[in-house]
Amino acid sequence: MRLRDPANTVSFTFDGQRLGGVAGEPVAAALLANGIKLVARSFKYHRPRGIMSAGSEEQNALVTIGRGAQTEPNVRATTLEVSDGLEVFSQNAWPSLKHDLMAVNDLISPFLGAGFYYKTFMWPRAFWEKVYEPIIRRAAGLGGLSGLRNEDRYEKAFAFCDVLVIGAGPAGVMAALTAGRAGADVILADEDTAMGGRLLREVEQIDGRPAVDWVADALGELQAMENVRLMTRTTVTGAYDQGTFGALERVAGPRAPDKPLECFWRIVAQRSILCAGALERPIAFPNNDRPGIMMASAVRAYVNRWGVAPGKSVTVFANNDDAHRTARDLVAAGVKVAAVIDSREEVAIAGDYPIFVGGQVTATKGRYALETITVSHAGGVREIRTDCLAMSGGWNPTVHLTCHMNGRPAWREDIASFVPTPDSIPGMVTAGACNGSFSTAACLAEGAAVAVQVARGLGRQAEAAVPVADDSAYVITPLWAVPGKGRKWIDFQNDVHVKDIKLAAQENFRSVEHMKRYTTQGMAPDQGKSSNVVALAVLADATGRGIPQTGTTTFRPPYVPVSIAAMGAGSQGKGFAPERLTTSHQVSVARGAPMIEAGLWYRPSYFPLPGETTWRQSCDREVGFVRNAVGVCDVSTLGKIDIQGPDAAALLDFVYANMFSTLRVGRVRYGLMLREDGHVLDDGTTARLAEGHFVMTTTTAAAGLVMRHLAFVLQALRPDLDARVMSVTEQWAQFAVAGPRARELLNSILDQEIGNDTWPFMACGAVSVAGVQGRLFRVSFSGEHAYEIAVPARRGESLFRMLVTQAEMLGGGPYGMEALNVLRIEKGFITHAEIHGRTTAFDIGMDRMVSLKKDCIGQAASRRPGLRDDSRAQLVGLRPLDAAEALTAGAHLFAKDAKAVRVNDLGYVTSVCYSPTLQTYLGMAFLRGGPARLGEVIRVVDHLRGIDAVAEVCDPVFLDPEGGRARG
Amino acid sequence: MVNLLAVPPGAGILPRSAGGVALTEVVVDIALSVMPFAGQHDAVAAALRDQIGVGLPLANRWVGRGEARVQWFGHGTWLVTGAVALEGLAAVTDQSDAWGVVRVAGAGVEDVLARLVPMDLRLARFDVGAAARTMLGHMSVAVARVDTQAFDVMVMRSMAATLVHDLDGAMRGVAARGSNF
Repeated sequence: MRLRDPANTVSFTFDGQRLGGVAGEPVAAALLANGIKLVARSFKYHRPRGIMSAGSEEQNALVTIGRGAQTEPNVRATTLEVSDGLEVFSQNAWPSLKHDLMAVNDLISPFLGAGFYYKTFMWPRAFWEKVYEPIIRRAAGLGGLSGLRNEDRYEKAFAFCDVLVIGAGPAGVMAALTAGRAGADVILADEDTAMGGRLLREVEQIDGRPAVDWVADALGELQAMENVRLMTRTTVTGAYDQGTFGALERVAGPRAPDKPLECFWRIVAQRSILCAGALERPIAFPNNDRPGIMMASAVRAYVNRWGVAPGKSVTVFANNDDAHRTARDLVAAGVKVAAVIDSREEVAIAGDYPIFVGGQVTATKGRYALETITVSHAGGVREIRTDCLAMSGGWNPTVHLTCHMNGRPAWREDIASFVPTPDSIPGMVTAGACNGSFSTAACLAEGAAVAVQVARGLGRQAEAAVPVADDSAYVITPLWAVPGKGRKWIDFQNDVHVKDIKLAAQENFRSVEHMKRYTTQGMAPDQGKSSNVVALAVLADATGRGIPQTGTTTFRPPYVPVSIAAMGAGSQGKGFAPERLTTSHQVSVARGAPMIEAGLWYRPSYFPLPGETTWRQSCDREVGFVRNAVGVCDVSTLGKIDIQGPDAAALLDFVYANMFSTLRVGRVRYGLMLREDGHVLDDGTTARLAEGHFVMTTTTAAAGLVMRHLAFVLQALRPDLDARVMSVTEQWAQFAVAGPRARELLNSILDQEIGNDTWPFMACGAVSVAGVQGRLFRVSFSGEHAYEIAVPARRGESLFRMLVTQAEMLGGGPYGMEALNVLRIEKGFITHAEIHGRTTAFDIGMDRMVSLKKDCIGQAASRRPGLRDDSRAQLVGLRPLDAAEALTAGAHLFAKDAKAVRVNDLGYVTSVCYSPTLQTYLGMAFLRGGPARLGEVIRVVDHLRGIDAVAEVCDPVFLDPEGGRARG
Repeated sequence: MVNLLAVPPGAGILPRSAGGVALTEVVVDIALSVMPFAGQHDAVAAALRDQIGVGLPLANRWVGRGEARVQWFGHGTWLVTGAVALEGLAAVTDQSDAWGVVRVAGAGVEDVLARLVPMDLRLARFDVGAAARTMLGHMSVAVARVDTQAFDVMVMRSMAATLVHDLDGAMRGVAARGSNF
């Protein structure tokens, strides 16, 4: 029921029913205005539930919004803003909210207490995962996901400030004003749609005028300050190291293309002031969960801020003075107060309504909405007709953020609450209700005082100017649970009641952390915000300990649920990882080449021609180009590192296992790099361009790793070496030109002809291509007469086109990764499939490359006995007895007659291909005592792919073992 | 003999704009990384001042005169846009083709970069003349403030398309928010 007529209304729907509301007000307010009390079904027992609070702590009124891929479940109706055309659905009910068949759970509830599932569904064991759990999960639950891909846009962002003020109630606004006036860089963040916190919901005076007017003036002043940033709809969700905070912003306004729904902020603040306020806690009395039973402060919020009466005849039940404002405000608004019940004996209450001192609510009635309550008091038992019960068990300071770095709150007996332990978060101070200071005057004074202290700590001059406000004391006598027949709910969101907690204690789950896990109290989306203190008070009672001895469970981030979509914003689709594209990318794609990712690079698998229907056809043809004519392949992705300086050669001797200081200028040498532990790190060729100038190449995948390795060596291990390293991977576009007609092709594009005498195998130097200065290296990864030619990257695409055109005129063409792999396996050349991090130079047959004439990284470790043992798995070639029989990488090796079981394992296959040159499948493998077994026939079994083959062990160099082709 | 055409990293993907922010390519003619050898820092600085009018700036700064610019680029490393000769004084490496440079400029440029760069780039903390090596999304970048509302973002050439993709998304998101900040 609305207490005042709104100026403008919009329409939205709830379960298909069209309703009027005011844009921007919470859906909960609009539902109450429309007389709707039943909003949800509970998690486990499918109990009818209504609206309990007026904030993000809401336990009951979770709804689903939107349809299809835009469906969003478990949205709190208390923070969801009404907008025109909004579609809201109830959840966890079937076929309808009113007639929910799963409510049968409630009837058999005596059997469904805490621990029931674990005790009952133990046998047969396999049934838990396959039968019981799926059924239980279907029966219990909250909203569901659509299962469709989320197309909504989310955002991540960073912000920085001197002072982050968390919460814009009286303390927060006062702190921001004080720090802002002192000139500090301030961010004031609040999760509400408007700032002011409690002052927007209460009838109070500040400096002799309505508190809301004071708020409006303060916000006006803050908005005018350039050094202050106001962030509404922004919940600070976590406190992290180095003054970093996570915060979730619900972006204001209607949906629009490209507009994010939410933004996940990381705010870095030198100092922070927590003014998070307090949450009112429920009282555990019998059947305290009926729709219409709400928090007393929430009733005031709906009446005072939103102009909505949550009931026609309201009762108040409390154990503290603060809640009596509810009756006062209701009367002022013209709403009937059916009774005020105070559990305290010694208390004087005045009011024009029935008053029960020392009274308790012991029963409630009304299936879908509260109808009556039963009050027990000194004068007897009385049933009262009422459709709304405003309860208050006192206030819990919102200490959560102070506990995010392992802080524990401290118990304060006088207010029966936990308060923050100072200095729990470096740089953070607390003020106001979250600190246990509840009156408006105290909030304003503390907010100003801590802000002065913080501003002065930042080297600024600051003064506190505190307005006059209400300073009434907060008087409370704890009341946690009321005895009586019926369940007394504590964690409404996870359906945990008093008896569950007592059962936990009885079964010896007496620690608060064990109780939590046994009962699931505090494990719902609200993380026990409202239920924690009541639960541990009941546990303390059941175990005969005090509340401080019982302690709290750990408060962890996030303070409110944060969607994965917001945390992972920007990482969908192409945002997942950068794409590194070569200069020849577009040309390759235009030729229909499927691209495969290697590291972050995209490289062509093969270049299909019309008529080719399988990748093998294209690959076999491309291998033929290189073996018989000439092929062109973009090898720019290999790491290229420029090394200069007087000690450049010494650096190379130190990082490579073999010798480089002896390399002549104008020559290239293959190098093997070891890790400190003696295993192989990477391999590649290094060219000497001048006396103190080398260019190292690395494998594509290890380019960054090797660069980091070199930087570490120069900074940490050998700062005595005067050498400098710089990546030039991106500077040069580099292409392999391989095949018997490679030189013929090059001579068609080079400005100066080359011959075998001027450019012998492993020669390098500068060349000129169409007037552009480039580099030429005579190296081969295919075993053929081959070169790599490099030009500055801006001319890479053009050179690639030219090379391919020329190659095609000579009976060749471009080749991709598949052919490159076949070519190197035919020659027994290794890649990271072989040097996978667990192999040594000994294992790959390169032990003699580890020079003993000098020291190098990994040399000492590589000499350890176990690393050079003949029984180690060592590199061999495999050739199937039946040439058409496929081998698979990952298959394991066994003696011919042995059973293919783990204990008989002799090794594993690392690389395989079909060799069109030799017309057989080939494999590279690591085999125990491999080199001594050449000629043996062994079994190759791939248990995953069901392959069981026999193959002959042979030398890994299948083709041209003398290497004559590369030198020709 | 045909020519080898020069294709800049931003070809086909720049310029573009959304809201008040525009992305344009800064075409690099010549860029050299300069890493002074042991004990040669001051000699390199003097030689640079001699040849292009500016020396070696401190870490996280850039200096320029005319077309020439010297930007701090990492540990003991500067990037010089302009031809210089430092034989024997420093390791000089051609980087003219290694980087894509995008100028991000216009009203709201700080809001756009705040979506991607985990650094305080507000004018008071990152003024004209400031430079940094940092992250943009998942990528390692160099950022320099070239004007009160303009930044140059340098990324490895191969990732230029991803840089534009990420900036474009952030720009459109900021534009779509309108005044909702």
